[in-house]
Amino acid sequence: MILNGSQILIEALKREGVDVIFGLPGGVVLKIFDELHQQSAIQVLLARHEQGVGHMAEGYAKATGKPGIALVTSGPGMTNIVTPLADAYMDSVPIIVFTGQVSTQLIGNDAFQEADNLGISRPCTKHNFLVRDVKDLSRTIREAFHIATTGRPGPVLVDIPKDVSMNTAEFEYPEEVNLRGYNPNREGDKTQVTRAAEAICQAKRPVIYVGGGAVFANAADEVKALAEIGNIPVDMTLMGLGIFPATHPLSLGMLGMHGSYTANMAIHHADLVIAVGSRFDDRVTGKTSEFCPKAKIIHIDIDPTSIRKVRDIEVHIPILGDVKTVLTELTQVLRVSIDGHKKNLRGPWWNQLREWMVQHPLAYSQSDDEAIKPQYVIDRLCRLTTDNDPIVATDVGQHQMWTAQYFKLEHPRRWLTSGGLGTMGFGFPAALGAQRAYPDRLVLCISGDGSFQMNLQELATAVLYKLPVKVAIINNHYHGMVRQWQDLFYEGRYASSHLFAIPDYVKLAEAYGAVGLRATTPSDVDVVIQEAVDTDGPVLMDFEVSQSENCYPMIPAGGANHEMLLEDPPHLSQAAKSLVRVSDDGDSVLTA
Amino acid sequence: MSVENIEREHIVSMRVENRSGVLARVAGLFSGRGYNIESLTVAPTLDPTISMMTIVTKGDDLIIEQILKQLNKLVEAISVIDLTERAYIDRDMAIIKVQTTPETRAEVFRIAEIFRARVIDSTNTMYTLEVTGTGRKVEAMIYQLQPIGIEELVRAGHIAVAREPYGEDTDIRSK
Ligand SMILES: Cc1cc2nc3c(=O)[nH]c(=O)nc-3n(C[C@H](O)[C@H](O)[C@H](O)COP(=O)(O)OP(=O)(O)OC[C@H]3O[C@@H](n4cnc5c(N)ncnc54)[C@H](O)[C@@H]3O)c2cc1C
Ligand SMILES: Cc1ncc(C[n+]2csc(CCOP(=O)(O)OP(=O)(O)O)c2C)c(N)n1
Repeated sequence: MILNGSQILIEALKREGVDVIFGLPGGVVLKIFDELHQQSAIQVLLARHEQGVGHMAEGYAKATGKPGIALVTSGPGMTNIVTPLADAYMDSVPIIVFTGQVSTQLIGNDAFQEADNLGISRPCTKHNFLVRDVKDLSRTIREAFHIATTGRPGPVLVDIPKDVSMNTAEFEYPEEVNLRGYNPNREGDKTQVTRAAEAICQAKRPVIYVGGGAVFANAADEVKALAEIGNIPVDMTLMGLGIFPATHPLSLGMLGMHGSYTANMAIHHADLVIAVGSRFDDRVTGKTSEFCPKAKIIHIDIDPTSIRKVRDIEVHIPILGDVKTVLTELTQVLRVSIDGHKKNLRGPWWNQLREWMVQHPLAYSQSDDEAIKPQYVIDRLCRLTTDNDPIVATDVGQHQMWTAQYFKLEHPRRWLTSGGLGTMGFGFPAALGAQRAYPDRLVLCISGDGSFQMNLQELATAVLYKLPVKVAIINNHYHGMVRQWQDLFYEGRYASSHLFAIPDYVKLAEAYGAVGLRATTPSDVDVVIQEAVDTDGPVLMDFEVSQSENCYPMIPAGGANHEMLLEDPPHLSQAAKSLVRVSDDGDSVLTA
Repeated sequence: MSVENIEREHIVSMRVENRSGVLARVAGLFSGRGYNIESLTVAPTLDPTISMMTIVTKGDDLIIEQILKQLNKLVEAISVIDLTERAYIDRDMAIIKVQTTPETRAEVFRIAEIFRARVIDSTNTMYTLEVTGTGRKVEAMIYQLQPIGIEELVRAGHIAVAREPYGEDTDIRSK
């Protein structure tokens, strides 16, 4: 079959099971859009900004596990999608971005809307390709899908010059991928697995520290089996939320900078840390030289560069492999080797953990006559929608951390957040991408007034494609997270954190043809949420919340995990002095 | 595993796909992650689809481990070997222009002989010398020529290959 480059692209995408492309056209990709326009197997979902395009593809990928596809033009189209590429690279999201390029004979001539797409995207893609000959196109697409979705997933960019999209070639889609330099290994080393099992049997104070890698590996059952067989508490990273049910008795919630008191105390005092698809990010470890000082560390990860990456953190039992494969084997070994006696060894550990939970649970207070607390909104959003098993997207800031703390997720792939890059503006388009994948599910986007304004133009996309995302703006009139740091570390000087000009979000929604709702008192909250959920189309909920609320627990930068601030210090500027320190020798369980 | 904190020079030998852009990936990786590059050479191999890169880098054990892993992770890297971990042969090369006077000409010629350098160009006031050898040898020669007067100096990057094993009974290293 002789096809032109654009038709080849479409045929290849069909072979890969693609049914939607998030895109925005321009000169050099007009041929591709034109061919797409003449077929119906693949929908083109037109966004309003290429950053929106990219985050939509990410949201789609995170929610489904399938790669998200983006198509944008050369030059400014490409540069606008750099942020989603960098975001996807940091958070290991499989997206494939097709960019237009000027015709091959013009490359390098500063042609109209030319940019060095390969050069610009090299450090923020897992791999990238420039297709110089239409004959290479289908093989390149096959390779792009393979690289994006195997091993540690990640973004891949395929740059297609205009003439390549128009030239013709015989279409043949390769079955096999032949990349001699790329062979991610899934199987864990057997001896290492046995050593890990022994360490787990012997541990008195073990903790599972599970992250995004377990989500990508679809290993929820295996993580649960590991925890239950061993009676082991589970700490989740921000990216791991949902992989283990938040309400499970073994769950300690999120660890790290804004993690729960118990999750952080647990990892600090553990004698064995089982890291499962997590990468020892500095928001998790705090001061690395004091990170779980008494523990042996088992680290299961598919990417060799993740293992032993952090200088001060020694990994005693590294296991290179896929979380699902490795845990299947590990739990098999453990089922035979662990017995009641060994589990009972952990009694005192559990007593200690329970004590911590009781001493410092996650808590906030809300009375009827004060301003709405942001935590209250999130708590209510969670409780009122639990039965819908919603997908929850967030932006970046305080509202993100409160959502991580208070929105109890029971299943993986319900959680769309930007962790590694921390991209404000991620949430809303990501929610739209997920909603496109699951038109009948409830998709929430919990955003801040700062973040939402970074991609609010996609309201048009939501309305156009009837994507009924429910956006909750936690409106504190501030870049709240920035204000919090200024409160704590810059003596309350609010440099550029107050937003001053606040749009009327209800009118804004209406201007786009969406529904806008507002809550100004605590008693409005449930009413607004209920009305939003009952509304068919997209809804923007404006929650006017307390402007001064800060997010705790918090490990100040450079602190160790047991050095948490649990509330506003009496004099905010003296925050450092009032760190709540827990003594290591206080309790015999911890030194046993 | 015991880890040494001492910085050492390592020679990494890498087989990569012979495609445009691979060099930029490697160089970008080093600059983006703040690793040291002391020298880098790329050249074709007998297999026209493969190029060989020889990279001299510096770091302590942990850094070198990360560098090797990161290089390996590149989709276009076919194999990555730290030659420093095994027996290897390495060579540097330099072309040196030395100013000469009637008094120093003989001396320059003698130094060249000692280092088995060749005179590849000659004028009344200048010798151009070509020297190959270990980095140390090349440096020693430069050191001796410096007082006489080096006009210009070009050095090629390091190249290296692993030594073939001597065979079971002659390998003194295993005894
Ligand atoms: C404002 C803000 C505050 C934050 N605060 C916190 C906080 O308090 N706590 C917190 O945890 N995070 C926090 N983060 C997020 C943090 O920056 C990191 O993004 C996060 O901790 C990384 O999560 P992870 O370790 O699960 O790694 P991921 O980024 O999810 O990486 C996954 C790891 O798993 C590996 N992997 C991938 N696939 C597989 C597979 N199939 N098998 C095996 N391994 C695999 C990868 O190689 C990688 O090493 C915050 C972010 C922001 C923006
Ligand atoms: C694109 C981008 N720019 C800047 C930042 C730095 N930053 C982190 S949190 C934050 C404030 C977020 O404000 P808002 O969205 O209103 O959320 P809040 O913290 O108030 O809940 C800023 C500016 C960022 N993370 N991303």
